[in-house]
Amino acid sequence: MKRMIALLMAIAMVLSLAACGSSSNTSGNAAGSSAENTVTIGVFEPKTGENGGGGAQEELGIEYANDVRPTVTVDGVEYTVKLDWQDNQSDKTVAVTAAQKLIADGCVGIIGGYGSGTCIAAGSYFADAKIPAIGTSCTNTNVTLGNDYYFRIAYLDPFQGKVMANWAIENGYNEIATIDNIGNEYTSGLVSTFTSAYEALGGTIVASETFQTNESDFKAILTNIKSTGVKAIFAPTDYVYAPLLLNQAVDLGLDVQWISSDTWYSNVLIQDAGANANGVVADTFYAEGGHPEFDAGFKAWLNEDEKRLATNLDSDDIVGNHAVCYDAYMVMCDAIENANSLNGEDIQKALVAMDTKDDVVAGAVTFDENGDANKDTSYVCQITDGAWVFMEAVKVEE
Amino acid sequence: MSVAYFLQQLLNGLSLGGAYALIAIGYTMVYGILRMINFAHGDVFMMSAYFAIYAVAVMPWYVALPVVVISTIILGVVIERVAYKPLRAAPRMSVMISAIGVAYLLENLANYLFTAMPKSYPQIDILKRVYSFADGAVTVSRVTLLAPILTIILAVALVQLINHTKLGMAMRACAKDQDTARIMGIQVDTIVTMTFIIGCGLAAIGSILYFTDRSTVQPYSGSLPGLKCFVAAVLGGIGSIPGAVIGGFIVGICQIAITAAGYSVFSDAFTFVLLIIILLARPSGLLGEKATDKV
Repeated sequence: MKRMIALLMAIAMVLSLAACGSSSNTSGNAAGSSAENTVTIGVFEPKTGENGGGGAQEELGIEYANDVRPTVTVDGVEYTVKLDWQDNQSDKTVAVTAAQKLIADGCVGIIGGYGSGTCIAAGSYFADAKIPAIGTSCTNTNVTLGNDYYFRIAYLDPFQGKVMANWAIENGYNEIATIDNIGNEYTSGLVSTFTSAYEALGGTIVASETFQTNESDFKAILTNIKSTGVKAIFAPTDYVYAPLLLNQAVDLGLDVQWISSDTWYSNVLIQDAGANANGVVADTFYAEGGHPEFDAGFKAWLNEDEKRLATNLDSDDIVGNHAVCYDAYMVMCDAIENANSLNGEDIQKALVAMDTKDDVVAGAVTFDENGDANKDTSYVCQITDGAWVFMEAVKVEE
Repeated sequence: MSVAYFLQQLLNGLSLGGAYALIAIGYTMVYGILRMINFAHGDVFMMSAYFAIYAVAVMPWYVALPVVVISTIILGVVIERVAYKPLRAAPRMSVMISAIGVAYLLENLANYLFTAMPKSYPQIDILKRVYSFADGAVTVSRVTLLAPILTIILAVALVQLINHTKLGMAMRACAKDQDTARIMGIQVDTIVTMTFIIGCGLAAIGSILYFTDRSTVQPYSGSLPGLKCFVAAVLGGIGSIPGAVIGGFIVGICQIAITAAGYSVFSDAFTFVLLIIILLARPSGLLGEKATDKV
């Protein structure tokens, strides 16, 4: 028996070693900035693993941006921008290897990625190497907190609370009910920023209902809300609860305006809740229609190549990730030009001082002391006749 | 608090309680006969929901629903044959651990086969029709009304089966003493299989009632309801079928009442506090027989 266990352990160890071996990067298109008139920007995205789909979409945004702006000018010399793709495999351990590869390849800046865990794991390596990185859709505060070299182009989650509070008041909903998921940082953060912003704007929260993670029966809290007669509900929950809430509300005859946040902004919701999803309002980083010029250019670029369309799940729909990645690339190029240097420390200083609104599509970009973008705009969309339709870009005054 | 509001919440509680009761019966029957807690029961309930998604997609509902019940029964019997029967002579703890293993296996299998994203449960028109009373103050879908009624009918039928048929007599004999039952010529394995057939059939019906009302399924949808139904079975007196039904309704109604009162933070905790109180005050449950230790 003991021998058996020893043998099994040995096999397990050999297998895990083999797995490590195969996960090391083989792309190897190393090109340092030392080569004549090229500058390398690293792309730190998951191509495989749980976030592979999202990472692939983000890469399209970066590739398109590179197509639009293939060069940067530093000190009067025009450099061609080369992108160095490294797959972090949505895995925190592989992320470190990928980060080290990017550093070894001599990247002057990094863009990425999708998912906060891998960015947190890689962050300190970028900081030690003094290479600035711009996070795209990684929304965890710890990505940028305490790391001078990690910036973030997407807004932080709680900001959406303010946006939706503004939207609700502007659209005449002066009384509202909120639904909070206890113990969920995302939902609770949004509900609390929403509540304070909404009350500051003169609105009244008539019911604040809560539920616990993994709950699937919302009839009791929905009946409570129904008895108050309120006309709108703010429920920035994780996606899994969305169809449950919508369908159970219809069963109870509760006819209200549902207001949520980027987690609900998904085509799966339309699939899951069908007609009951009509009218739902949610916001997102960027929505098609927010910047027509970018939309048209990006769609044309996608349709040029079958492979690009396939990566984008066989459609030319534009999602927020495309736009934030496009912006991240543009901001990185701006920073290199503003710094007028290929030195990481100089580029970092240029990012701290960054203030641009001309070549980005999802709202003006400046960074706060943590390196998070001070966004003032979010894109509000509504489900109309079974599809998400862009309504308006809501701006929030700080 | 208006009458309509009270009625609406009561209906919510009754429909939840009805579904819980049907699952609790499965726990209680298996415990009664095998003296083991089938921890995989909640996940069988979840798998049954996935069967329904695929069955309703390819056939009309009146064919699909029996197919769902039958495939759930097959799953339950296969689990019994593969994971529990070889351990019949092993200590009870081993079977229990095997049951926990099956529970995780089913959850991970569902994760692998159907992904972790919630899938929408088919909305069968005949179950989903919505009635509204008092100018929409009380709104209720047909399945909400059907759940408690169907539960009680099935429970009464089951009690009749156990008390007045040969099969029922054999089941009672196995519950009392398996070895003696075997000596008396009862096929204990057949009886155990019958128990799983009935338990899983009821879980399938419970699953149809529960998920039609809640509309999405994900791989972990079975675990918390499973635990709550286990509590319901203990509360009513594990081994007792009327006890399981009463326990199911108590747990369902209490959960709705607590959430409605604004203490949803405590709604899950309450279920387990209830379990502790019952175990302290009346270990055999509300309708449970007093355990007489066999020497």
